[in-house]
Amino acid sequence: MASLTASLTPLGGFTFENCKRNGFLEDKANEAGCHLPAARKTGTTICGVVFKDGVVLGADTRATEDMVVADKNCSKIHYISPNIYCCGAGTAADTEMTTQIISSNLELHALSTGRLPRVATANRMFKQMLFRYQGYIGAALVLGGVDCKGPHLYSIYPYGSTDKLPYVTMGSGSLAAISVFEDRFKPGMSEEEAKVLVRDAIAAGIFNDLGSGSNIDLCVITNEKVDYIRPHDEANKKGSRSGDYKYKRGTTAVLTKLVTPLNLDLMEESVQTMDTS
Amino acid sequence: MNSRGIQSQLKESVPVAGFCPPGAYGVHDTLRHGFNNVNTEIIPGHPLELSEKNFQLNQDKMNFSSLRNIQGLHAPLKLQMEYRAARQIQRLPFLQSSNLALDTLRGTDESIGFEDILNDPAQSEIMGEPHMMVECKLGLF
Repeated sequence: MASLTASLTPLGGFTFENCKRNGFLEDKANEAGCHLPAARKTGTTICGVVFKDGVVLGADTRATEDMVVADKNCSKIHYISPNIYCCGAGTAADTEMTTQIISSNLELHALSTGRLPRVATANRMFKQMLFRYQGYIGAALVLGGVDCKGPHLYSIYPYGSTDKLPYVTMGSGSLAAISVFEDRFKPGMSEEEAKVLVRDAIAAGIFNDLGSGSNIDLCVITNEKVDYIRPHDEANKKGSRSGDYKYKRGTTAVLTKLVTPLNLDLMEESVQTMDTS
Repeated sequence: MNSRGIQSQLKESVPVAGFCPPGAYGVHDTLRHGFNNVNTEIIPGHPLELSEKNFQLNQDKMNFSSLRNIQGLHAPLKLQMEYRAARQIQRLPFLQSSNLALDTLRGTDESIGFEDILNDPAQSEIMGEPHMMVECKLGLF
């Protein structure tokens, strides 16, 4: 919209007004022989398993951006409500915003009904929203929680289809993780068994899928408590360097030295720690 | 609206090219809309554009038809009357209205969607032209 005045009442939500322009520019760029940046490839391993009295969700912590690791320790298990959590694979921003919106909606729903929200409600909200946007919101989710009807686990695909299963995996490492589940899952496991199984499934994703890596996060949801364990396990410990290759002070001879003092007044000083993880 | 065929993507009305060129200076905006041809005029720029534009309309239609099947014809008629009444209680078209009564009737007052967080009309940078918008709403032009 080039003009600063509008004749129709503006509506909120997604706008498509630049789509034609962008398509036009892309065509022209391709004709001229240069290519505009394409969407970046993503990679993740997330999974969940139902045990005797709850649900264990697991995720790796690598954020992949094509051939680059964008973040070595990102959080892929999102809060939905006090008894429901959700792992997200796909476009990071989409999973983040989707879970935040559904979390807000469930909170409003819980305030309206005065009860703890049910997992089936969250699942229905997710699938209706994702189906509305026809896969253009790239969020593949594993939704797990415990409500008045017991533990539930759903996998939600970007186009809005859902599965309700005792063990599910998602993301590019899903095949490695599901093979561990297919091998060792049994109904009615204890909490410790389930945690070890999920840890091994995510580790299989980390070691066999290049898009997944770094640490293993777990989230154990039972009727009484929620354990958000971050990190649960570091799959690849960085070894310590055996030699010291730094030169000693004074190795290079100083020929001349000149210090020019700057006459500045220090008004304010604050020290911030840098995130070097 | 969810079928992906080309038929469903066609716009209802085809603007006559060159008759009323869009854009600030009264000429065709080639950078924004590409070169003039029939294809760019009738095919939407994004596959979601039409289904998003008609989403509320289709949602209301679906709700009315299921309401009719459950309770009979009187129920959607009565609800439509209430919608109509609620739509009339608002500020002049160029000022922001909360549409609270309408939201309550639709049941959207207790939900948050992308329309509430992205491109919020209440924080719009574009000022409406008062006379034009009133005329547009009354169907004068």
